[in-house]
Amino acid sequence: MADVQMLALAPPQPAPTAQRLGKFSAYFGTPGNTIVSLLSIAGILFIAKLAFGWLVIDAVFSGAGEACKVASGACWPFVAQKLRYMVFGFYPYEEQWRPLLALLLLFGACGVSMVPRFWSRNLLLAWIVVILPVLYILMAGGVFGLTPVPTTSWGGLPLSFLLSFIGLTLAMPLGIVLALARASNLPAIRVLAVGFIEIVRGVPLISILFMATVMLPLFMPDGVTIDKLVRAQVAIILFASAYIAEIVRGGLQDVPAGQHEAGKSLGLHYWQVMRKIVLPQALKKVIPPMVGLFIGFFQDTTLVTIVGLVDFLDTVRSAIRDPEWQGIAVLEGYLVAAAVYFTFSALMGAYSRFLENHFRTTHA
Amino acid sequence: MKQALLSICAAALGLTMAGQASAASTLETVKARGKLVCGVSLATPGFAAPDDKGRMQGFDADICRSIAAAVFGDGDKVEFVPTNINTRFQALQSGEIDVLSRQTTHTFSRDASLGLDFGPTVFYDGQGLMVPKSLGVSSAKELTEAAICTLPGTTTAQNISDFFRAINGKFELVVFESPDENRAAFYSGRCEAITSDRSDLASIRAVANNPADYIVLPETISKEPLAPAFRQNDSQWGDIVSWSVWLLMAAEEKGITQANVDEKLKSEDPDVQRMLGATEELGKMLGLDNKWGYNVIKSVGNYGEVFERNVGEGTKLGLTRGPNALWNAGGMIYSPPIR
Repeated sequence: MADVQMLALAPPQPAPTAQRLGKFSAYFGTPGNTIVSLLSIAGILFIAKLAFGWLVIDAVFSGAGEACKVASGACWPFVAQKLRYMVFGFYPYEEQWRPLLALLLLFGACGVSMVPRFWSRNLLLAWIVVILPVLYILMAGGVFGLTPVPTTSWGGLPLSFLLSFIGLTLAMPLGIVLALARASNLPAIRVLAVGFIEIVRGVPLISILFMATVMLPLFMPDGVTIDKLVRAQVAIILFASAYIAEIVRGGLQDVPAGQHEAGKSLGLHYWQVMRKIVLPQALKKVIPPMVGLFIGFFQDTTLVTIVGLVDFLDTVRSAIRDPEWQGIAVLEGYLVAAAVYFTFSALMGAYSRFLENHFRTTHA
Repeated sequence: MKQALLSICAAALGLTMAGQASAASTLETVKARGKLVCGVSLATPGFAAPDDKGRMQGFDADICRSIAAAVFGDGDKVEFVPTNINTRFQALQSGEIDVLSRQTTHTFSRDASLGLDFGPTVFYDGQGLMVPKSLGVSSAKELTEAAICTLPGTTTAQNISDFFRAINGKFELVVFESPDENRAAFYSGRCEAITSDRSDLASIRAVANNPADYIVLPETISKEPLAPAFRQNDSQWGDIVSWSVWLLMAAEEKGITQANVDEKLKSEDPDVQRMLGATEELGKMLGLDNKWGYNVIKSVGNYGEVFERNVGEGTKLGLTRGPNALWNAGGMIYSPPIR
């Protein structure tokens, strides 16, 4: 955001040569550019041909493992046969419409919530009162005649999304509060916030997950266990909130002190100043690093496999090891995983750029 | 009111209170819950791996089903919890699972220090070495200065080092993080040999382009008796786990199969009658239904059937019975008398 502001402040510059001469000559304007462009095009065509050959021409579209073993291309029967397992994991086969519905609901709700026009108190209320409980009931069952499904049977894509989206959504307000606490004038609150943030940032996510899943149950009284999924989820929320807090603090420091003082002189109290003046400016500035962090955490949730939760990458990996396909469809499996993670990371990135544009204002 | 509030909070946190805390025995907890919670591995084909529908299949999974059948009369009343090498013992200690059936080697230190006990050995495994035939060696002792591929973390690497130190041999260990890389490295010729448990070597060999090009060397360099584990100081539960396993073995010895178990109910053989609960009350002594033996065999079949179905010669793993044959067929599978 900072550089956007710089651009806005800078005097209009003459359009660069490339723009004056049109797109075509930007690539072929000089002999050097022409050579580079031709080489790049040849490279792209070569890779496209290889990919097309592997994905389509040499690929196997029907049959079993034996057919894939002799063919040199992609093995699509593996993906077709295993896709449902890769997406839903151990969730009872007959009940898999429920996580599917939950995923669609989550996507739909996120889609709607991404449009700034719909942002309102009611939307927030809908998330808390309707969407999250419905998601939970769909997944866990136990009421309305739905068969109960224990969290140990959750897996695959719904689990990955649950951990990352719910985790980040809840970490965000916590992170903001931590950032405000760290910037507070009250020493006790400041010390607590600094202590929490530095301790959490001082250890890797894996060790926090280990603490939550391996150590914590040993401190609990006999016979009392906290659901493993909840433990991992809380660990992720706490971990993410410390990083979010530091990013938000960066944004807070970037808001000129005059803004704060102006608010005060209008007679607003602390929370009003923060909510109406300082935070909107601070959060706007930190959209790019925040989305970067979110994308990172979305991918970091794959670490929960180490504490025995079966996320999407884990179901893909175990599908690859099915004896029927073992050693045949390794690349195909990882490509499916890569495609899914890439799609959602790219969507988040695109949304980040949209938000930056949406909030672009010039401070003259 | 306070109590109600507390329980709502607990429910919100996903807290589960197992029965009335510590006093409840595992059997009571399992019965109250209505299903057995069994820790297995996630992706070990032949031992525990989900099929296309996410249903756990494999040797270890069937051991879980036999215990569930003994308790509930229904082998499907099992909730499988995937555990990994890091979490498996903790999951058992904390009561997250009732029994651990996850290719776990019974060793002294695990038995003595981890707060758990082991049931009977269900599978005798041992670490071996596999080489391409073209290498021209017929014994591990002929492997001089060889590069050997293996996975980190377990005792595999330590065993192979111990073996070569004992014979004063030189070797180079090449360690890979994932089984896929490990296998690919061996087949691409990065290593002369690959080492793992023999059951695992069989599955690695099964996916070679031409399995006949590779041989597993005769040496078994470590003992890996795989056994189910349960929390210690609960003899009743330990008995149920142990005798469910022994019953599978005894049933094979007596020729009782999943298919003929109904006929065998009418058998004249007093051993068979006792095992299936037609006479006497052995099941009651364990705190189970008297038909427990019948239920176990009806659900999963006998030991031989479990073996052949999951890892036997008809499967991709293609293991021979070897040490896992019955004692009277040259193997080590031996059940104490059920009487």
